[in-house]
Amino acid sequence: MKRHLLEAADLDRADATLVLDTAAQIDQALAGREVKKLPTLRGRTVVNLFYEDSTRTRISFELAAKRLSADVLNFSAKGSSVSKGESLKDTALTLEAMGSDAIVVRHPASGAPHRLANWVRGSVVNAGDGTHEHPTQALLDAYTIRQRLGRLEGVRVAVVGDVLHSRVARSNVRLLHTLGAEVTLVAPPTLLPVGVGSWPAEVSYDLDAVLPKSDVVMMLRVQAERMNASFFPSAREYSRRYGLDARRMAALGDDAIVMHPGPMNRGMEIAAEVADSARSTIVEQVGNGVSVRMAVLYLLLGGAPS
Amino acid sequence: MASTTEPAHDGAPSPSAVLSAADVARVVDRMAHQIIEKCAGADVVLVGIPTRGAPLARRLAGRVEAFSGSPVDVGTVDITLYRDDLRMRGVRALEDTVLPEAGIDGRLVVLVDDVLYSGRSVRAALDALRDVGRPRAVQLAVLVDRGHRELPIRADYVGKNLPTSRSQQVKVHLAETDGADEVLVIEEGSR
Repeated sequence: MKRHLLEAADLDRADATLVLDTAAQIDQALAGREVKKLPTLRGRTVVNLFYEDSTRTRISFELAAKRLSADVLNFSAKGSSVSKGESLKDTALTLEAMGSDAIVVRHPASGAPHRLANWVRGSVVNAGDGTHEHPTQALLDAYTIRQRLGRLEGVRVAVVGDVLHSRVARSNVRLLHTLGAEVTLVAPPTLLPVGVGSWPAEVSYDLDAVLPKSDVVMMLRVQAERMNASFFPSAREYSRRYGLDARRMAALGDDAIVMHPGPMNRGMEIAAEVADSARSTIVEQVGNGVSVRMAVLYLLLGGAPS
Repeated sequence: MASTTEPAHDGAPSPSAVLSAADVARVVDRMAHQIIEKCAGADVVLVGIPTRGAPLARRLAGRVEAFSGSPVDVGTVDITLYRDDLRMRGVRALEDTVLPEAGIDGRLVVLVDDVLYSGRSVRAALDALRDVGRPRAVQLAVLVDRGHRELPIRADYVGKNLPTSRSQQVKVHLAETDGADEVLVIEEGSR
């Protein structure tokens, strides 16, 4: 393992498999226990540095660090010196001077965690940077697929929706490819990034053609806050062509699963009856997120400080 | 867990085998008899410490059942996340933790490991057990006790006492993990 986890490409197949196996062992060790706490990171300090709003990722990282007995500091840009104009670098150096061993960072600017990694001595974990990457989300998605289907090699995954703005899609394409899955991106042409042809994935504009051939359908959130131009004519038209409703779900194979990284726009990219169906792994994904992040923190911080 | 996962035969100049496969089988049988005798009437769970404590616990459970006629529960508890030397020795892959359905609350847990050395693995296992439940009592069974304790810990069942110097290495090989049963003492530097 490298010292930082900045993007899915930081993990080769052996590392990624180690993270998933470690998460599975942690799950197994904690299953049915009253005391869901391990002493592994006692005395270590993890800072959650969040420059963007987040519910599940921040809470998930906080819980993961606490279950490993690390001390956790939560920092959000709102209500801090950032509103007085303090730079990312100065904030990070301040946190490190207070003794942080790892910084979990979410930032609206793509690449911010990479910059941060050059300034601090501890580990940096990317918890989502702009439209770039969100590697722990990809890890928990891979973990969920493996848990449900029992394998990743050769699994056919359709990633559907706003690929252009999605760091989840970027990380998933890279990681799933590393782990041997076959990814197909499905989106209107306006919501695919320039250069998507060089990604290790197929591209399709037709959801109905892809669904019967998919073992996993990963719906992406339509990111209204990043929609600074007209990418599609109307929400209704988008929903009709790229939304997953009960009729489309019926076209899936018997064992196929439906995933969504959350937060969902029910009725937009995913119908409520699909989100609440037995195929949906959305709630499992949240639970698995804690185990996978525990595995990442253990593997990055458990050993000797470099 | 003083033994490591290195291959059984690495071309070392004839490491002296102190226990052969037949010896190991005899020792396991004796320990099973001792467990039956000492734990008569108790609700026993054998809990192995991976790597080699786990198959050893299963074997002991099999022998206890064969001799006493009644089955005993068996499990494993991985102690990696409880070790106090992670910072010195670095992280490593975790192993299985599997406990019986009935748990360990109020039962007599017999921890099983291959080699008892510093006692630190046992301490970590005791910490892990405390988080899992509250056993009525905990006992310790080891195939080899090689001395050099760093903590106030002793075993209740010892397969073989093996006085060693710190420069030596004791390796337990089991059929399940290494292809054959034997216990070796290797001089440092002969590897």
